[in-house]
Amino acid sequence: MKKSVLLGAMTVAGLAAGAAGAATLDDVKARGTLNCGVTTGLTGFAAPDANGVWEGFDVGVCRAVAAAVLGDPMAVEFVPTTGQTRFTALASGEIDMLARNTTWTFSRDVDLKFTFVGVNYYDGQGFMVPRDLGVSSAKDLDGATVCIQTGTTTELNLADYFRTNNISYEPVPIETNAEAQQQYLAGACDVYTTDASGLAATRATFENPGDHVLLPEIVSKEPLGPLVRHGDDEWGDVVRWTLNALITAEELNVSSANIEELSAGTNNPEINRLLGTEGELGAMLGLDADWAKNAIMAGGNYGELFEKNIGENTPIGLARGLNAQWTDGGLIYSPPFR
Amino acid sequence: MTTLTDPPKAGFRLSQLIYDTRYRSITIQVIAMILVVLGLYWLVNNTIQNLAALGKDFDFGFLSQPAGYDINQRLVEYTSQSTHGSAAFVGILNTLLVAFLGCILATILGVIAGVLRLSKNWIVNKLMAVYVEGFRNVPLLLWIIAIFALMTEGMPQPRDFKVGGDAAMILGESVAVTNRGVYVPGVVLENGWFANPAVNWLVIIGTLIVSLFVIRLIRRRADRIQEATGVRPTTWWQQLALLIVPAGLVLFLMGAAMQYPYIRGFNFTDGIHLRNSLIALWLALSLYTGAFIAEIVRAGILAISKGQSEAAAALGLRPSRTMNLVILPQAMRVIIPPLISQYLNLTKNSSLAIAVGYMDVRSTLGGITINQTGRELEGMLLLGAFYLVLSLLISGVMNVYNNRTQLKER
Repeated sequence: MKKSVLLGAMTVAGLAAGAAGAATLDDVKARGTLNCGVTTGLTGFAAPDANGVWEGFDVGVCRAVAAAVLGDPMAVEFVPTTGQTRFTALASGEIDMLARNTTWTFSRDVDLKFTFVGVNYYDGQGFMVPRDLGVSSAKDLDGATVCIQTGTTTELNLADYFRTNNISYEPVPIETNAEAQQQYLAGACDVYTTDASGLAATRATFENPGDHVLLPEIVSKEPLGPLVRHGDDEWGDVVRWTLNALITAEELNVSSANIEELSAGTNNPEINRLLGTEGELGAMLGLDADWAKNAIMAGGNYGELFEKNIGENTPIGLARGLNAQWTDGGLIYSPPFR
Repeated sequence: MTTLTDPPKAGFRLSQLIYDTRYRSITIQVIAMILVVLGLYWLVNNTIQNLAALGKDFDFGFLSQPAGYDINQRLVEYTSQSTHGSAAFVGILNTLLVAFLGCILATILGVIAGVLRLSKNWIVNKLMAVYVEGFRNVPLLLWIIAIFALMTEGMPQPRDFKVGGDAAMILGESVAVTNRGVYVPGVVLENGWFANPAVNWLVIIGTLIVSLFVIRLIRRRADRIQEATGVRPTTWWQQLALLIVPAGLVLFLMGAAMQYPYIRGFNFTDGIHLRNSLIALWLALSLYTGAFIAEIVRAGILAISKGQSEAAAALGLRPSRTMNLVILPQAMRVIIPPLISQYLNLTKNSSLAIAVGYMDVRSTLGGITINQTGRELEGMLLLGAFYLVLSLLISGVMNVYNNRTQLKER
């Protein structure tokens, strides 16, 4: 009896491992929930609220995908990952997609075998220091102790930046943002470096955010976006076009407020195609006709998600900057829905 | 009249494989072997299939690629331009360092606590019981994090040591206890004989080892004289001189000078920086393993018959000498085998280093390198092989020692 159970378990494990590479869309539909990898907690991007419900900018992408695929934005199983565990979690099939302010780089795309489906935040690496340290430039940081999350691109950028500028530093490797925050506030490191958006989000949770400054240097390009495994293009398309739907919705002024009204039919054929009243875009993806409508209703369009979670009216207070629509001079641009 | 039974027929029936005790054991072994081989085949095949499905190959070439990341505590030369292989080596040295320091401190703590727990003094023996039970029954990870948090949150920042700050260095302005670690004076060799400072230090350590060897010869000679004449020649000054003079001479010739830490810019410079991560990991590992060793030592001592200490008392030996000369040497035979397991445990537990950001081999090779290169399987195999080899080495060395302390039966 025991043996047969063991053999059965081994067979199932073998099949599951074999199947992990393909048909994620079917798996998600069969399971009824989306397994989405997020950070262990970064206010504004992904963090549980007082009731334990995950919310944030990256969480919004997960919820939009769940709404598009399953019709229910709450059907998401959030899997907190650290900088070190995230890629293994995705590669092994533990999560279906990763939305964890992860930088799109050549080696992650090509060598680690992931597909970045787009960019939801254009970021760069910055430095945060206590104001009373009197530092005004990253070049003044010679000999400083720097807190840094291990397993990130920032770790490599930091090494490169200090080496090319010929300044020495002492790295303090840290696992999670919460740990970094604690060490930084205790003064165990002079500087905390990560993506500028992450610094702003972290600073917003401080007791006295005004006591800390972000240095003017942005030392890298950090295009952050959701990613999936290589080799399952159908699933990659679903996540990619869900993100694009959110972006296009903002461009076409489709918001969670007016979407019901617009989905009755409009004069704009692109809106009609997006909302599924014209054409068969949903069926092409293997989804319902109102997939994009569900995705947009989950948390609003790209702009709404931005304003609600990290925008200027939130404690984090990030300006749109590079992340404005291309029509407003930013880099946020979706291919057309046609 | 003689009756002869027929000789058994030379035929072989298949059922004999199960019912004949001569063959049954072989049958069972063959089946078990086939199952094991099938299991291994399944594991390897599954791995190969999944690697193929992910489009990954199996290649150790990443070890010669530049690592790109910095490591704070490095016992050998390393920059972010060095290879992943040398990053792994730096990590290995850090693991060895904390394991070595941990084993020594754990043994000292364990022996003291184990002996004191048998003390007749109520307070002493209860205090030791509290120590042993407190550390043995709380997970090691909690102790590591607790000590680390105590250091980070409780100690002053380096900039508090600046003029006008409210923190001061201790021990005659030579040691600074900060929330980034402890800065202690170091020794620098101003005109070493070799360009590489590590080689210079190896020369000094080599000198010390030679001195220790000569000291052993002197002690043996003293033993021989004592056995022959009953009078032990006074050798302590020879031993002391041999220990100090040659090494001191080499240090002097190399221009050794003390270097005191002082604050400059953001941090202390010069001297030796014992990082919080090292201290937390070292102390937690030692205190935790020390609690287990204390119990092993206590068990070893209790295993010695009471008659031994009574006989020693009858001979007029003081209790401390009874312990050192009669009880402990015999107890060693009981103590050493479980002690080996504790050393192995400590060494393997040092991989919890990542909790406090100590850059051991698990954090460099098994952490950042795997993460940057995506070579999980290769990295984990290397890591497993390293801990296996290290553990086998430790247990090999300890077994040699064990064989020497065992009763020699002739």
